[in-house]
Amino acid sequence: MKLSNRTKVLEQEELTLAERIYLPAIAGGMLTTLKHFFQKPVTIRYPEQKRYLGPIFRGHHILKRDQNGAERCTACGLCAVACPAEAISMVAEERKKGEETLYREEKYAKVYEINMLRCIFCGLCEEACPKEAIFLRHDKMVPVFNDRNEVIFGKDKLVEKMDDRYLRDGWK
Amino acid sequence: MELTSTVFTAKAIYVGVIFAITLGVAAYSTYFERIFAAFFQDRVGPDRAGPFGILQPLADAVKMFMKEDFIPANSSKWLFILGPCLSMFTALMTSAVIPFGDTIDLGNGVKFDLQGIDVNIGILWVFGIVSLGVYGILVGGWASNNKYSLLGAIRAASQNISYELAMGLSIISILMMTGSLSTKAIVEAQQNGHWNILYQPVGFILFIICAFAECNRTPFDLPECETELIGGYHTEYSSMKLGFYLFAEYINMFVSGAVMATLYFGGYDYPFYETVVNSFGENVANFIGFGALIGKALFFVFVFMWVRWTLPRFRYDQLMNLGWTGLIPIAMFNVVWTGLIILLPAEFNLSSLASIGIAIAGIPVLVVGLFIYHSIAGGKKKKTALAR
Repeated sequence: MKLSNRTKVLEQEELTLAERIYLPAIAGGMLTTLKHFFQKPVTIRYPEQKRYLGPIFRGHHILKRDQNGAERCTACGLCAVACPAEAISMVAEERKKGEETLYREEKYAKVYEINMLRCIFCGLCEEACPKEAIFLRHDKMVPVFNDRNEVIFGKDKLVEKMDDRYLRDGWK
Repeated sequence: MELTSTVFTAKAIYVGVIFAITLGVAAYSTYFERIFAAFFQDRVGPDRAGPFGILQPLADAVKMFMKEDFIPANSSKWLFILGPCLSMFTALMTSAVIPFGDTIDLGNGVKFDLQGIDVNIGILWVFGIVSLGVYGILVGGWASNNKYSLLGAIRAASQNISYELAMGLSIISILMMTGSLSTKAIVEAQQNGHWNILYQPVGFILFIICAFAECNRTPFDLPECETELIGGYHTEYSSMKLGFYLFAEYINMFVSGAVMATLYFGGYDYPFYETVVNSFGENVANFIGFGALIGKALFFVFVFMWVRWTLPRFRYDQLMNLGWTGLIPIAMFNVVWTGLIILLPAEFNLSSLASIGIAIAGIPVLVVGLFIYHSIAGGKKKKTALAR
Protein backbone atom coordinates (compact mmCIF):
# COMPACT_ATOMS: atom_id res chain seq x y z
CA MET A 1 0.00 0.00 0.00
CA LYS A 2 1.21 3.45 -0.74
CA LEU A 3 1.33 5.88 2.12
CA SER A 4 0.88 8.83 -0.13
CA ASN A 5 0.33 9.30 -3.82
CA ARG A 6 3.41 11.40 -4.15
CA THR A 7 5.76 8.55 -5.10
CA LYS A 8 7.35 9.10 -8.46
CA VAL A 9 9.04 6.65 -10.75
CA LEU A 10 12.23 8.33 -11.80
CA GLU A 11 13.44 7.99 -15.34
CA GLN A 12 17.18 8.13 -15.17
CA GLU A 13 18.32 8.86 -18.66
CA GLU A 14 21.74 9.10 -20.13
CA LEU A 15 23.17 12.58 -19.73
CA THR A 16 22.75 14.78 -22.75
CA LEU A 17 25.80 16.33 -24.30
CA ALA A 18 25.16 19.71 -22.71
CA GLU A 19 25.10 18.00 -19.34
CA ARG A 20 28.18 15.95 -20.12
CA ILE A 21 30.21 19.02 -21.00
CA TYR A 22 29.56 20.20 -17.41
CA LEU A 23 30.56 23.78 -18.15
CA PRO A 24 27.03 25.25 -18.57
CA ALA A 25 25.96 23.71 -15.29
CA ILE A 26 29.15 24.88 -13.59
CA ALA A 27 28.63 28.41 -14.88
CA GLY A 28 25.05 28.34 -13.57
CA GLY A 29 26.23 27.11 -10.18
CA MET A 30 28.90 29.75 -10.00
CA LEU A 31 26.35 32.44 -10.78
CA THR A 32 24.22 31.16 -7.93
CA THR A 33 27.10 31.33 -5.47
CA LEU A 34 28.09 34.76 -6.77
CA LYS A 35 24.57 35.95 -6.07
CA HIS A 36 24.95 34.78 -2.49
CA PHE A 37 28.34 36.45 -2.30
CA PHE A 38 26.67 39.86 -2.47
CA GLN A 39 23.79 39.03 -0.16
CA LYS A 40 23.70 40.27 3.39
CA PRO A 41 24.87 37.62 5.86
CA VAL A 42 22.12 36.17 8.02
CA THR A 43 24.45 35.89 10.99
CA ILE A 44 23.51 37.41 14.34
CA ARG A 45 26.71 37.99 16.32
CA TYR A 46 25.25 36.59 19.49
CA PRO A 47 26.84 38.02 22.59
CA GLU A 48 26.85 41.54 21.15
CA GLN A 49 23.69 41.26 19.09
CA LYS A 50 20.59 39.64 20.46
CA ARG A 51 17.55 38.77 18.52
CA TYR A 52 14.02 39.35 19.81
CA LEU A 53 12.68 36.05 21.02
CA GLY A 54 8.99 36.95 21.07
CA PRO A 55 6.60 38.06 23.84
CA ILE A 56 6.14 34.55 25.21
CA PHE A 57 9.77 33.55 25.59
CA ARG A 58 10.31 31.91 28.97
CA GLY A 59 13.37 33.41 30.60
CA HIS A 60 14.22 34.70 34.06
CA HIS A 61 11.53 34.27 36.74
CA ILE A 62 10.01 37.28 38.36
CA LEU A 63 7.72 37.66 41.39
CA LYS A 64 5.40 40.51 40.52
CA ARG A 65 4.22 43.29 42.80
CA ASP A 66 0.85 44.93 42.39
CA GLN A 67 0.30 48.57 41.43
CA ASN A 68 0.89 49.68 45.04
CA GLY A 69 4.12 47.82 45.33
CA ALA A 70 2.83 44.96 47.47
CA GLU A 71 4.01 41.44 46.68
CA ARG A 72 1.28 39.42 45.03
CA CYS A 73 2.53 36.02 46.12
CA THR A 74 0.52 34.41 48.88
CA ALA A 75 2.70 31.32 49.27
CA CYS A 76 -0.07 28.91 48.34
CA GLY A 77 2.49 26.46 46.95
CA LEU A 78 0.63 25.70 43.73
CA CYS A 79 3.66 26.63 41.69
CA ALA A 80 5.82 24.26 43.69
CA VAL A 81 3.27 21.50 43.16
CA ALA A 82 3.02 22.22 39.45
CA CYS A 83 6.77 22.32 38.99
CA PRO A 84 7.80 19.09 37.22
CA ALA A 85 11.43 19.60 38.15
CA GLU A 86 10.72 20.35 41.81
CA ALA A 87 12.79 23.46 41.58
CA ILE A 88 10.60 25.72 43.70
CA SER A 89 10.47 25.78 47.47
CA MET A 90 9.04 28.32 49.85
CA VAL A 91 8.35 29.14 53.51
CA ALA A 92 5.03 30.83 54.28
CA GLU A 93 4.48 33.47 56.94
CA GLU A 94 1.44 35.29 58.23
CA ARG A 95 1.20 38.99 57.50
CA LYS A 96 1.51 41.18 60.57
CA LYS A 97 -0.20 44.44 61.26
CA GLY A 98 1.37 47.33 59.45
CA GLU A 99 2.70 45.15 56.65
CA GLU A 100 -0.30 45.72 54.37
CA THR A 101 1.75 47.86 52.03
CA LEU A 102 4.36 45.11 51.71
CA TYR A 103 2.19 42.09 51.06
CA ARG A 104 -1.13 42.02 49.29
CA GLU A 105 -2.63 38.90 50.88
CA GLU A 106 -2.77 37.88 54.52
CA LYS A 107 -0.15 35.25 53.98
CA TYR A 108 3.08 35.70 52.13
CA ALA A 109 6.28 33.87 51.21
CA LYS A 110 9.02 34.61 53.70
CA VAL A 111 11.43 32.55 51.64
CA TYR A 112 10.92 31.82 47.98
CA GLU A 113 13.68 29.90 46.25
CA ILE A 114 14.11 28.55 42.74
CA ASN A 115 16.94 26.19 42.00
CA MET A 116 18.02 27.33 38.56
CA LEU A 117 19.90 24.13 37.88
CA ARG A 118 16.67 22.19 38.29
CA CYS A 119 14.37 24.60 36.51
CA ILE A 120 13.52 23.56 32.98
CA PHE A 121 11.76 26.83 32.10
CA CYS A 122 8.53 25.06 31.19
CA GLY A 123 6.35 27.86 32.53
CA LEU A 124 3.97 25.59 34.46
CA CYS A 125 4.46 27.71 37.60
CA GLU A 126 3.21 30.70 35.68
CA GLU A 127 0.15 28.74 34.57
CA ALA A 128 -0.54 27.38 38.04
CA CYS A 129 -0.33 30.71 39.88
CA PRO A 130 -3.81 31.92 40.93
CA LYS A 131 -2.54 35.33 42.02
CA GLU A 132 -0.63 36.23 38.84
CA ALA A 133 2.47 36.54 40.95
CA ILE A 134 5.10 34.51 39.15
CA PHE A 135 6.07 35.05 35.53
CA LEU A 136 8.90 34.01 33.30
CA ARG A 137 10.04 37.18 31.69
CA HIS A 138 10.53 37.30 27.93
CA ASP A 139 13.30 39.87 27.84
CA LYS A 140 15.91 38.50 30.19
CA MET A 141 17.64 35.18 30.59
CA VAL A 142 19.04 33.62 33.74
CA PRO A 143 22.70 34.62 33.89
CA VAL A 144 25.50 32.10 33.67
CA PHE A 145 26.55 30.62 37.03
CA ASN A 146 30.15 30.53 38.03
CA ASP A 147 29.67 28.82 41.35
CA ARG A 148 27.30 26.31 42.90
CA ASN A 149 26.40 28.83 45.61
CA GLU A 150 24.87 31.09 42.98
CA VAL A 151 22.49 28.45 41.71
CA ILE A 152 19.61 28.97 44.11
CA PHE A 153 17.82 32.27 43.48
CA GLY A 154 16.11 33.78 46.48
CA LYS A 155 13.63 36.59 46.78
CA ASP A 156 16.38 39.18 46.40
CA LYS A 157 16.82 38.11 42.81
CA LEU A 158 13.24 37.19 42.01
CA VAL A 159 10.99 39.94 43.39
CA GLU A 160 10.23 42.76 40.99
CA LYS A 161 11.99 46.07 41.55
CA MET A 162 9.57 48.99 41.66
CA ASP A 163 11.91 51.25 39.70
CA ASP A 164 12.34 48.60 37.00
CA ARG A 165 8.95 47.07 36.53
CA TYR A 166 8.47 44.19 34.15
CA LEU A 167 5.93 44.68 31.41
CA ARG A 168 5.36 41.93 28.89
CA ASP A 169 4.67 42.90 25.29
CA GLY A 170 0.91 42.87 24.80
CA TRP A 171 0.11 43.81 28.39
CA LYS A 172 -1.64 47.07 28.93
CA MET B 1 81.48 47.42 -11.96
CA GLU B 2 79.19 50.15 -10.75
CA LEU B 3 76.52 49.07 -13.20
CA THR B 4 76.57 45.40 -12.23
CA SER B 5 76.34 46.19 -8.55
CA THR B 6 73.33 48.44 -9.13
CA VAL B 7 71.59 45.73 -11.12
CA PHE B 8 72.56 43.17 -8.51
CA THR B 9 71.16 45.26 -5.66
CA ALA B 10 67.98 45.97 -7.61
CA LYS B 11 67.63 42.28 -8.40
CA ALA B 12 68.10 41.34 -4.76
CA ILE B 13 65.48 43.86 -3.72
CA TYR B 14 63.18 42.60 -6.45
CA VAL B 15 63.56 38.98 -5.36
CA GLY B 16 62.89 40.00 -1.77
CA VAL B 17 59.78 41.93 -2.80
CA ILE B 18 58.40 39.07 -4.90
CA PHE B 19 59.14 36.67 -2.06
CA ALA B 20 57.34 38.93 0.40
CA ILE B 21 54.39 39.46 -1.93
CA THR B 22 54.04 35.74 -2.55
CA LEU B 23 54.16 34.89 1.13
CA GLY B 24 51.90 37.78 2.07
CA VAL B 25 49.37 36.86 -0.55
CA ALA B 26 49.50 33.23 0.55
CA ALA B 27 49.00 34.20 4.20
CA TYR B 28 46.10 36.45 3.41
CA SER B 29 44.64 33.91 0.99
CA THR B 30 43.95 31.72 4.02
CA TYR B 31 42.03 34.61 5.57
CA PHE B 32 40.20 35.54 2.40
CA GLU B 33 39.44 31.90 1.68
CA ARG B 34 37.51 31.77 4.94
CA ILE B 35 35.93 35.17 4.44
CA PHE B 36 34.83 34.32 0.92
CA ALA B 37 33.59 30.92 1.99
CA ALA B 38 31.48 32.70 4.56
CA PHE B 39 30.19 35.23 2.03
CA PHE B 40 29.29 32.51 -0.42
CA GLN B 41 27.31 30.83 2.35
CA ASP B 42 25.65 34.02 3.68
CA ARG B 43 27.83 34.03 6.78
CA VAL B 44 30.26 36.54 8.28
CA GLY B 45 33.49 34.58 8.59
CA PRO B 46 36.39 35.25 10.95
CA ASP B 47 35.94 38.77 12.36
CA ARG B 48 37.33 38.52 15.88
CA ALA B 49 41.08 39.06 15.49
CA GLY B 50 41.51 42.74 14.83
CA PRO B 51 39.19 44.90 12.73
CA PHE B 52 37.33 42.63 10.28
CA GLY B 53 39.55 39.83 11.53
CA ILE B 54 42.54 40.96 9.48
CA LEU B 55 44.94 39.64 12.11
CA GLN B 56 43.54 36.13 11.66
CA PRO B 57 46.54 34.86 9.62
CA LEU B 58 48.80 35.94 12.48
CA ALA B 59 46.67 34.10 14.98
CA ASP B 60 46.69 31.05 12.74
CA ALA B 61 50.45 31.20 12.42
CA VAL B 62 50.84 31.44 16.19
CA LYS B 63 48.52 28.47 16.57
CA MET B 64 50.49 26.49 14.01
CA PHE B 65 53.78 27.18 15.76
CA MET B 66 52.44 26.46 19.23
CA LYS B 67 51.04 23.03 18.37
CA GLU B 68 52.98 19.90 19.10
CA ASP B 69 55.29 19.06 16.24
CA PHE B 70 54.61 15.36 16.07
CA ILE B 71 56.63 12.84 14.09
CA PRO B 72 55.16 9.31 14.02
CA ALA B 73 57.39 6.65 15.57
CA ASN B 74 57.56 4.39 12.53
CA SER B 75 57.90 7.09 9.95
CA SER B 76 60.97 7.79 7.93
CA LYS B 77 62.00 10.79 9.94
CA TRP B 78 64.11 12.75 7.49
CA LEU B 79 61.80 12.20 4.56
CA PHE B 80 58.92 13.19 6.80
CA ILE B 81 60.61 16.53 7.39
CA LEU B 82 61.71 16.81 3.77
CA GLY B 83 58.17 16.47 2.39
CA PRO B 84 56.72 19.85 3.40
CA CYS B 85 60.07 21.54 2.74
CA LEU B 86 60.03 20.27 -0.84
CA SER B 87 56.44 21.41 -1.28
CA MET B 88 57.25 24.89 -0.04
CA PHE B 89 60.51 25.09 -1.98
CA THR B 90 58.99 24.15 -5.33
CA ALA B 91 56.00 26.43 -4.76
CA LEU B 92 58.31 29.40 -4.23
CA MET B 93 60.65 28.55 -7.11
CA THR B 94 58.01 28.80 -9.82
CA SER B 95 57.63 32.55 -9.69
CA ALA B 96 61.25 33.12 -10.76
CA VAL B 97 60.51 33.23 -14.48
CA ILE B 98 57.20 35.08 -14.36
CA PRO B 99 57.62 38.58 -15.80
CA PHE B 100 55.88 40.70 -13.19
CA GLY B 101 56.43 43.88 -15.14
CA ASP B 102 58.20 45.56 -18.01
CA THR B 103 61.59 47.24 -17.92
CA ILE B 104 62.22 49.89 -15.30
CA ASP B 105 64.75 52.66 -15.97
CA LEU B 106 66.96 53.04 -12.88
CA GLY B 107 68.78 56.08 -14.25
CA ASN B 108 72.34 56.25 -15.67
CA GLY B 109 71.16 54.14 -18.55
CA VAL B 110 70.60 51.10 -16.33
CA LYS B 111 67.58 49.09 -17.44
CA PHE B 112 66.06 46.61 -15.08
CA ASP B 113 63.58 43.87 -15.88
CA LEU B 114 60.85 43.24 -13.37
CA GLN B 115 61.44 39.53 -13.74
CA GLY B 116 63.50 37.12 -11.67
CA ILE B 117 65.35 35.68 -14.63
CA ASP B 118 64.47 35.68 -18.32
CA VAL B 119 65.49 32.23 -19.48
CA ASN B 120 64.61 31.12 -22.97
CA ILE B 121 62.89 28.00 -21.60
CA GLY B 122 60.72 30.03 -19.20
CA ILE B 123 57.49 28.12 -19.38
CA LEU B 124 59.32 24.79 -19.34
CA TRP B 125 60.92 25.88 -16.09
CA VAL B 126 57.49 26.44 -14.60
CA PHE B 127 56.45 22.99 -15.77
CA GLY B 128 59.54 21.34 -14.43
CA ILE B 129 59.18 22.89 -11.01
CA VAL B 130 55.44 22.20 -10.83
CA SER B 131 56.14 18.57 -11.68
CA LEU B 132 58.72 18.49 -8.90
CA GLY B 133 56.06 19.85 -6.55
CA VAL B 134 54.32 16.51 -6.49
CA TYR B 135 57.44 15.02 -4.87
CA GLY B 136 56.75 17.05 -1.77
CA ILE B 137 53.36 15.38 -1.44
CA LEU B 138 54.65 11.98 -2.50
CA VAL B 139 57.62 11.99 -0.12
CA GLY B 140 55.52 13.27 2.76
CA GLY B 141 52.75 10.77 2.15
CA TRP B 142 55.14 7.87 1.84
CA ALA B 143 57.25 8.85 4.84
CA SER B 144 54.19 9.04 7.09
CA ASN B 145 53.94 5.22 7.11
CA ASN B 146 50.17 5.46 7.00
CA LYS B 147 48.02 3.84 4.37
CA TYR B 148 45.76 6.87 4.04
CA SER B 149 48.68 9.19 3.55
CA LEU B 150 50.14 6.83 0.99
CA LEU B 151 46.85 6.60 -0.89
CA GLY B 152 46.57 10.37 -0.90
CA ALA B 153 50.11 10.68 -2.17
CA ILE B 154 49.51 8.13 -4.93
CA ARG B 155 46.39 9.95 -5.95
CA ALA B 156 48.25 13.25 -6.06
CA ALA B 157 50.98 11.74 -8.21
CA SER B 158 48.70 10.09 -10.74
CA GLN B 159 46.40 13.09 -10.88
CA ASN B 160 49.25 15.49 -11.54
CA ILE B 161 50.74 13.27 -14.23
CA SER B 162 47.37 12.93 -15.96
CA TYR B 163 46.59 16.61 -15.97
CA GLU B 164 50.08 17.71 -16.88
CA LEU B 165 49.55 16.15 -20.30
CA ALA B 166 46.46 18.18 -21.10
CA MET B 167 48.09 21.25 -19.62
CA GLY B 168 51.18 20.78 -21.73
CA LEU B 169 49.09 20.34 -24.86
CA SER B 170 47.13 23.50 -24.16
CA ILE B 171 50.40 25.37 -23.72
CA ILE B 172 51.73 24.01 -27.01
CA SER B 173 49.02 26.08 -28.72
CA ILE B 174 50.37 29.17 -26.98
CA LEU B 175 53.88 28.27 -28.02
CA MET B 176 52.73 27.83 -31.61
CA MET B 177 51.29 31.33 -31.59
CA THR B 178 54.33 32.97 -29.99
CA GLY B 179 57.11 30.79 -31.32
CA SER B 180 59.04 31.06 -28.08
CA LEU B 181 59.19 29.34 -24.70
CA SER B 182 60.30 32.51 -22.96
CA THR B 183 57.59 33.94 -20.74
CA LYS B 184 58.80 37.43 -21.55
CA ALA B 185 58.38 36.82 -25.27
CA ILE B 186 54.91 35.36 -24.70
CA VAL B 187 53.86 38.46 -22.78
CA GLU B 188 55.41 40.81 -25.32
CA ALA B 189 53.50 39.10 -28.12
CA GLN B 190 50.27 39.93 -26.28
CA GLN B 191 50.84 43.65 -25.79
CA ASN B 192 48.24 46.24 -26.83
CA GLY B 193 45.24 44.07 -26.11
CA HIS B 194 46.14 41.05 -28.23
CA TRP B 195 45.59 38.81 -25.27
CA ASN B 196 45.86 35.11 -25.87
CA ILE B 197 42.46 34.48 -24.30
CA LEU B 198 40.92 35.92 -27.47
CA TYR B 199 42.84 33.51 -29.69
CA GLN B 200 42.81 30.57 -27.30
CA PRO B 201 39.46 30.40 -25.47
CA VAL B 202 39.40 26.61 -25.50
CA GLY B 203 43.04 26.46 -24.50
CA PHE B 204 42.39 28.73 -21.55
CA ILE B 205 39.48 26.63 -20.28
CA LEU B 206 41.66 23.53 -20.55
CA PHE B 207 44.49 25.29 -18.79
CA ILE B 208 42.41 26.55 -15.89
CA ILE B 209 40.84 23.11 -15.36
CA CYS B 210 44.29 21.56 -15.34
CA ALA B 211 45.52 24.29 -12.99
CA PHE B 212 42.82 23.31 -10.53
CA ALA B 213 43.99 19.73 -10.71
CA GLU B 214 47.66 20.68 -10.40
CA CYS B 215 47.02 22.80 -7.33
CA ASN B 216 44.95 20.01 -5.78
CA ARG B 217 42.03 22.38 -5.38
CA THR B 218 38.37 21.51 -5.39
CA PRO B 219 36.81 19.97 -7.47
CA PHE B 220 40.02 17.98 -7.86
CA ASP B 221 41.26 17.91 -4.25
CA LEU B 222 41.20 14.13 -4.09
CA PRO B 223 44.67 13.80 -2.49
CA GLU B 224 43.24 15.30 0.69
CA CYS B 225 39.76 13.86 0.35
CA GLU B 226 38.60 13.90 3.97
CA THR B 227 35.67 11.56 3.61
CA GLU B 228 37.74 8.80 2.11
CA LEU B 229 41.29 9.38 3.25
CA ILE B 230 41.01 11.25 6.56
CA GLY B 231 43.45 14.02 5.71
CA GLY B 232 45.07 12.47 2.65
CA TYR B 233 48.81 12.94 2.40
CA HIS B 234 48.94 15.26 5.42
CA THR B 235 47.06 12.97 7.79
CA GLU B 236 50.10 12.51 10.04
CA TYR B 237 51.29 16.09 9.84
CA SER B 238 50.78 18.67 12.51
CA SER B 239 52.10 22.06 13.57
CA MET B 240 54.07 24.10 11.06
CA LYS B 241 54.79 21.11 8.82
CA LEU B 242 51.09 20.93 8.08
CA GLY B 243 51.16 24.70 7.81
CA PHE B 244 53.84 24.42 5.14
CA TYR B 245 51.69 22.07 3.08
CA LEU B 246 48.68 24.33 3.30
CA PHE B 247 50.82 27.39 2.66
CA ALA B 248 52.38 25.78 -0.39
CA GLU B 249 48.89 25.18 -1.76
CA TYR B 250 48.05 28.87 -1.49
CA ILE B 251 51.37 29.91 -2.99
CA ASN B 252 50.71 27.54 -5.86
CA MET B 253 47.32 29.14 -6.35
CA PHE B 254 48.82 32.60 -6.55
CA VAL B 255 51.63 31.52 -8.85
CA SER B 256 49.31 29.61 -11.15
CA GLY B 257 47.11 32.70 -11.24
CA ALA B 258 50.17 34.70 -12.28
CA VAL B 259 51.05 32.08 -14.90
CA MET B 260 47.52 32.18 -16.29
CA ALA B 261 47.66 35.97 -16.45
CA THR B 262 51.03 35.73 -18.19
CA LEU B 263 49.97 33.13 -20.73
CA TYR B 264 46.43 34.18 -21.50
CA PHE B 265 45.71 37.65 -20.13
CA GLY B 266 48.58 39.67 -21.48
CA GLY B 267 50.77 39.57 -18.37
CA TYR B 268 51.47 43.14 -17.30
CA ASP B 269 49.55 44.60 -20.24
CA TYR B 270 46.59 46.79 -19.44
CA PRO B 271 44.33 49.15 -21.40
CA PHE B 272 45.36 52.80 -21.93
CA TYR B 273 49.03 51.97 -21.39
CA GLU B 274 50.07 54.55 -23.98
CA THR B 275 48.11 57.34 -22.28
CA VAL B 276 49.76 56.60 -18.94
CA VAL B 277 53.22 56.58 -20.57
CA ASN B 278 52.56 59.95 -22.20
CA SER B 279 51.32 61.65 -19.05
CA PHE B 280 53.34 60.01 -16.26
CA GLY B 281 56.38 58.46 -17.94
CA GLU B 282 57.38 54.90 -18.61
CA ASN B 283 58.44 53.90 -15.08
CA VAL B 284 55.07 54.75 -13.58
CA ALA B 285 53.29 52.98 -16.42
CA ASN B 286 55.37 49.88 -15.88
CA PHE B 287 54.80 49.90 -12.14
CA ILE B 288 51.07 50.05 -12.84
CA GLY B 289 51.65 47.09 -15.14
CA PHE B 290 53.24 45.28 -12.20
CA GLY B 291 50.11 46.03 -10.23
CA ALA B 292 47.96 44.88 -13.14
CA LEU B 293 49.63 41.49 -13.17
CA ILE B 294 49.26 41.09 -9.40
CA GLY B 295 45.63 42.12 -9.78
CA LYS B 296 45.01 39.54 -12.49
CA ALA B 297 46.71 36.87 -10.40
CA LEU B 298 44.59 37.81 -7.39
CA PHE B 299 41.50 37.63 -9.52
CA PHE B 300 42.39 34.06 -10.41
CA VAL B 301 42.95 33.31 -6.73
CA PHE B 302 39.41 34.55 -6.22
CA VAL B 303 38.19 32.28 -9.04
CA PHE B 304 39.95 29.36 -7.34
CA MET B 305 38.04 30.11 -4.14
CA TRP B 306 34.81 30.79 -5.98
CA VAL B 307 34.97 27.38 -7.65
CA ARG B 308 35.92 25.71 -4.40
CA TRP B 309 32.78 26.94 -2.66
CA THR B 310 30.57 26.10 -5.62
CA LEU B 311 31.51 22.67 -6.87
CA PRO B 312 31.55 19.35 -5.07
CA ARG B 313 34.48 17.01 -5.43
CA PHE B 314 34.83 14.68 -8.38
CA ARG B 315 34.95 10.96 -7.87
CA TYR B 316 38.37 9.54 -8.63
CA ASP B 317 37.34 7.59 -11.73
CA GLN B 318 35.50 10.67 -13.00
CA LEU B 319 38.66 12.67 -12.52
CA MET B 320 40.74 10.20 -14.51
CA ASN B 321 38.03 9.85 -17.14
CA LEU B 322 37.80 13.62 -17.56
CA GLY B 323 41.55 13.98 -17.80
CA TRP B 324 42.34 11.21 -20.24
CA THR B 325 39.23 10.90 -22.39
CA GLY B 326 37.98 14.46 -22.14
CA LEU B 327 40.69 17.05 -21.81
CA ILE B 328 43.51 15.43 -23.78
CA PRO B 329 41.47 14.90 -27.00
CA ILE B 330 40.09 18.42 -26.74
CA ALA B 331 43.59 19.75 -26.21
CA MET B 332 44.71 17.87 -29.32
CA PHE B 333 41.84 19.40 -31.26
CA ASN B 334 42.89 22.78 -29.96
CA VAL B 335 46.43 22.29 -31.22
CA VAL B 336 45.11 21.46 -34.72
CA TRP B 337 42.73 24.40 -34.65
CA THR B 338 45.51 26.71 -33.55
CA GLY B 339 47.29 25.67 -36.71
CA LEU B 340 44.27 26.98 -38.63
CA ILE B 341 44.25 30.20 -36.59
CA ILE B 342 47.87 30.81 -37.56
CA LEU B 343 47.76 29.48 -41.10
CA LEU B 344 44.54 30.96 -42.53
CA PRO B 345 45.24 34.65 -41.77
CA ALA B 346 48.80 34.19 -43.02
CA GLU B 347 47.65 32.64 -46.29
CA PHE B 348 44.88 35.09 -47.06
CA ASN B 349 46.30 38.23 -45.41
CA LEU B 350 43.47 38.52 -42.93
CA SER B 351 43.48 40.87 -39.94
CA SER B 352 43.91 39.77 -36.34
CA LEU B 353 40.15 40.19 -35.92
CA ALA B 354 39.69 37.34 -38.40
CA SER B 355 41.95 35.10 -36.30
CA ILE B 356 39.80 35.86 -33.28
CA GLY B 357 36.77 34.91 -35.37
CA ILE B 358 38.39 31.64 -36.39
CA ALA B 359 39.33 30.99 -32.76
CA ILE B 360 35.78 31.51 -31.57
CA ALA B 361 34.44 29.44 -34.48
CA GLY B 362 36.47 26.61 -33.01
CA ILE B 363 34.09 26.32 -30.05
CA PRO B 364 30.94 25.42 -32.10
CA VAL B 365 33.05 23.11 -34.26
CA LEU B 366 34.25 21.38 -31.11
CA VAL B 367 30.75 21.11 -29.70
CA VAL B 368 29.35 19.74 -32.97
CA GLY B 369 32.21 17.27 -33.17
CA LEU B 370 31.54 16.16 -29.60
CA PHE B 371 27.83 15.87 -30.39
CA ILE B 372 28.48 13.62 -33.39
CA TYR B 373 30.91 11.51 -31.38
CA HIS B 374 28.47 11.36 -28.50
CA SER B 375 25.53 10.27 -30.66
CA ILE B 376 27.60 7.54 -32.35
CA ALA B 377 29.28 6.24 -29.22
CA GLY B 378 26.49 6.91 -26.75
CA GLY B 379 23.58 5.88 -29.02
CA LYS B 380 24.16 2.19 -28.47
CA LYS B 381 23.60 2.37 -24.74
CA LYS B 382 20.07 1.58 -23.56
CA LYS B 383 18.29 4.20 -21.55
CA THR B 384 17.84 2.90 -18.04
CA ALA B 385 14.81 3.45 -15.88
CA LEU B 386 15.18 3.29 -12.15
CA ALA B 387 12.24 2.96 -9.82
CA ARG B 388 12.77 4.73 -6.57
